[in-house]
Amino acid sequence: MNLLDTLLRCVGTLAVFLVLPLVVGQAEHKVMAHMQGRLGPMYAGGFHGWAQLVADGVKFAQKEDIVPAGADRRIFRLAPAVALLPYLLVLLVIPVGPNGLVGQAVDAGIFFVLAVMGIGVLGSLMAGWASANKFSLLGGLRTAAQLMSYELPMLLAAASVAMAAGTVSLPGVVDAFHWWWVPWQLIGGFVFFTAGLAELQRPPFDMPIADSEIIFGAYTEYTGLRFALFLLAEYAGIVVLCGLTTVLFLGGWHGPFSDSLGWLWTLVKTFALAFVVLWLRVTFPRLREDQLMRFAWTVLIPLALAQLALTGIVKVAIS
Amino acid sequence: MEWQPLAADPAAGSGYFDAYAAIGLLAVIGVLFVTVAFTANRLLRPVVNTPEKLLAYECGVDPVGEGWAHTQIRYYVYAFLYVIFAVDAIYLFPWATVFAAAGFGAATLVEMFVFIGFLAVGLLYAWKKGVLEWT
Repeated sequence: MNLLDTLLRCVGTLAVFLVLPLVVGQAEHKVMAHMQGRLGPMYAGGFHGWAQLVADGVKFAQKEDIVPAGADRRIFRLAPAVALLPYLLVLLVIPVGPNGLVGQAVDAGIFFVLAVMGIGVLGSLMAGWASANKFSLLGGLRTAAQLMSYELPMLLAAASVAMAAGTVSLPGVVDAFHWWWVPWQLIGGFVFFTAGLAELQRPPFDMPIADSEIIFGAYTEYTGLRFALFLLAEYAGIVVLCGLTTVLFLGGWHGPFSDSLGWLWTLVKTFALAFVVLWLRVTFPRLREDQLMRFAWTVLIPLALAQLALTGIVKVAIS
Repeated sequence: MEWQPLAADPAAGSGYFDAYAAIGLLAVIGVLFVTVAFTANRLLRPVVNTPEKLLAYECGVDPVGEGWAHTQIRYYVYAFLYVIFAVDAIYLFPWATVFAAAGFGAATLVEMFVFIGFLAVGLLYAWKKGVLEWT
């Protein structure tokens, strides 16, 4: 452990943090387009519009920065950074491959990850409140409601994995993984992934930014780079959620030749899940607010409790 | 031989601080990234403010009243419910790491069902009281 090593790992994490969300974003353009019988971006960069998001970034960086006259200026300007940075920190502790291929292992990994991911949602809340716009405020309140409803099933599902592995360290969880955990923790995985989607406000759980009712929710007043940071936070959130689901429920780096190709397995599983995220966006209509709440409290939480019971029984039976 | 300060010996318990020091370092790098991005943005962007541009955007009609409008937050009851459940759930994690260790076995399993039972009864009670109805 020395400073240079740590610095390199941190800079590497930042690089991953800036590249993978763009890959997911470009995939979303193309996957959605093809699912809807369109082509998607075709011009930027020449080959199938691969540089579309780079062009978007350049455009965002040159746009005017508008803070509404009535807004709470400081909070308004701080909000995008609060929404974005927690996902960067979470990315550091997600194990990618065996033999210590991780940004930085943390003993209380699951705990740390859940705690820090919750902070990201505060960014949307701050944006919704500080904009001094009625639609933003409504969006912010919906965000708060969604956070409160879906944080709990996520927590319970993660606790089920901690029970199965007997540790809260993320590399420890992957080390303890066996293939039969996938059917054993299937319900928990479903609950975790779904609740995570809801926390990211991805469709079909995108009521807080429902454009047909409240313009763009908490982000209505944002332009230029600040808006771009919110978008980046959403896609970084997808990467983090899929990575965590991979690590907790799909065995992370486990797979054939995992000693040398472990990192590839993690990436493949993460992107397969990211594809599912995009697929769900195209497939399902938006849930109404009451349906959204009812789904969390009357479906996901009972399911998560059932998974806890199942995990406990099986674990004690085999030990 | 490389000089190693005593405090960096993982066996002495500094692995914990090392791990969170790395997270702190990354947080600093992240803040730097945001700062650099906004500095570049400041150099590149135009500033042409007009009063219309600085108005809140509410469907294109001039906003009526102030933005921090009074709204009724209907979900405060289950906000409490969330707080109670989340605090309960926190206790699961330390327990989860030891419950199957040798010497515990069936006793902790019974305890777990008592715990989950409490949560389930609490949820059923809230459900029956109509907290989980929104229409």
